[in-house]
Amino acid sequence: MTPSAAIGFVIVGVYALAALLGPWLAPYGEAEIVADVWEPFSAAHPLGTDNLGRDMLSRLLWGATRTIGVALAATMLSFLIGMSLGYLAAVVGGWLDQLLSRAVDALMAIPTLIFALVVLAVLPPSVTILVLVIAVLDSTRVFRLARAVAMDVVVMDFVEVARLRGERLGWIVFREVLPNTLPPLIAEFGLRFCFAFLFLSSLSFLGLGIQPPAADWGGMVRDNANAISFGLVVPLIPAAAIALLTIGVNLVVDWQLERSARPRRT
Amino acid sequence: MHPLLRLVVQRLLLGVATLWVVSLLIFAGTEILPGDVAEAILGQAATPEAVAAIRRDLGLDRPAWERYLDWLFGLMRGDLGTSLTNRMPIAELIAGRLENTLFLAATAAVVAVPIAIALGILAARFRERLLDKAISVLTLSSISMPEFFIGYLLIFIFAVKLFWAPSIASVYPGMALADKLYAVSLPVATLTLVVVAHMMRMTRAAIINVMASPYIEMAELKGLTRTRIILKHALPNALAPIINVVVINLAYLVVGVVVVEVVFVYPGLGQLMVDAVAKRDVPVVQATGMLFAATYVLLNLAADVLAILANPRLRHPR
Repeated sequence: MTPSAAIGFVIVGVYALAALLGPWLAPYGEAEIVADVWEPFSAAHPLGTDNLGRDMLSRLLWGATRTIGVALAATMLSFLIGMSLGYLAAVVGGWLDQLLSRAVDALMAIPTLIFALVVLAVLPPSVTILVLVIAVLDSTRVFRLARAVAMDVVVMDFVEVARLRGERLGWIVFREVLPNTLPPLIAEFGLRFCFAFLFLSSLSFLGLGIQPPAADWGGMVRDNANAISFGLVVPLIPAAAIALLTIGVNLVVDWQLERSARPRRT
Repeated sequence: MHPLLRLVVQRLLLGVATLWVVSLLIFAGTEILPGDVAEAILGQAATPEAVAAIRRDLGLDRPAWERYLDWLFGLMRGDLGTSLTNRMPIAELIAGRLENTLFLAATAAVVAVPIAIALGILAARFRERLLDKAISVLTLSSISMPEFFIGYLLIFIFAVKLFWAPSIASVYPGMALADKLYAVSLPVATLTLVVVAHMMRMTRAAIINVMASPYIEMAELKGLTRTRIILKHALPNALAPIINVVVINLAYLVVGVVVVEVVFVYPGLGQLMVDAVAKRDVPVVQATGMLFAATYVLLNLAADVLAILANPRLRHPR
């Protein structure tokens, strides 16, 4: 393993722990007001307090669970949608492929953030809606990749044999195509997670994502933005937390891509 | 017809069709709610009178296709409708802000494009050396960072600690160009950092790709210097992908301004759109969304057309 990949794994591991145990590790409650506004770092509040006097470290930990959890849910849903439709398009082909591909082209012609803003203007602000919007918009990218890699596989002889054997669609997709297309999709999962995570954070930062008082890293940057003009680093803490996780995931993905590009030793 | 011209005309027609589909999607995006939009807009504060008023304003008693056609033809005539919150014609609301947004994006492009191409060439020239590696680390981190992190970091360093630049980018009509440029210096720097990485990476990749061809080996065997080979022999053939990625990043820039405008409280179109979404001012959201999407589509179209024009093989068909 390369040193940069090791750093990536350490970062991802620490975040995973924080996301899993956040609420238990947090010394204070999520919306509990415990001190004055924007207090400096101290023993009682290692990262100071926020714009309402809530403990920054506690909110960061609560936020880890929520932000990472929502982004992960959105990514998994987008893979479920994108992969099923992508494989379906590749295996069935014909008019269904045309229909799905053109629909995805149309959706991708609009910048994701802009379309999300349009839709969020009429939808109620809830976590379920956010996960759905991010997943559907992001599934277009997954669809393209899944369809492209599956296209290379469906023309292979073993798929032809399976078809001639009279196997059903489900068998062909899950037993023939899926195992042979997984490696590029796993690397893509990391990248799509980064995208969903940054996207969710941007929406929350704009005040349109996860709603207060729930702790969410993008929203925490927004809440504390004014502190920066007083020379305080408060809003930079959650923003840096976001940046660091994406860097970590990218390092791991780079390593994974390089590893799968090299010929496998037996 | 010249085959090149035919390709370009085909692309342009495709672009018009895309714009139409985009308008359909933007309109449909505000109709996806199974229930009543008026009630959704008002949320819990929905009194029957208020709901009736919004229904009347949005013309919800008419079928959706009729409202869509009205909206579409209005767009083509430059009539963008009226804002729900302040009753102003949207065209008036938008005019100055559109100009501000284009000014910000254009300034960022003027700064970012030469930097990206120069760094890309340098990275290709000193491939696998320290400079190349440093550039690639920089690329990775700038791709990973949200725009608002870069923005606030720059504010913290250059506005709060060093007093070099203003933290709030306020511009007003009739401002002198130099003052305006000073006001937008930090937002421009933020946008530059966001888009430079990708452009530079693609420039490097395009050049390195061409460097593998036999005619470059020939030039090397002739004893030409590496710098000369890259600038004179590789660059012209790598131009098509480079132009393509530059224009696509300009399209990205137009969207990236949304977050950056909010960070720097810049009076642009993105800020207007975000405010309108928060206030659920549907007509303003539709109009601004359409403007952003149209700019994005047109720039992508330009990327396609320029890539065709920059390809010498298509210019001189056999």
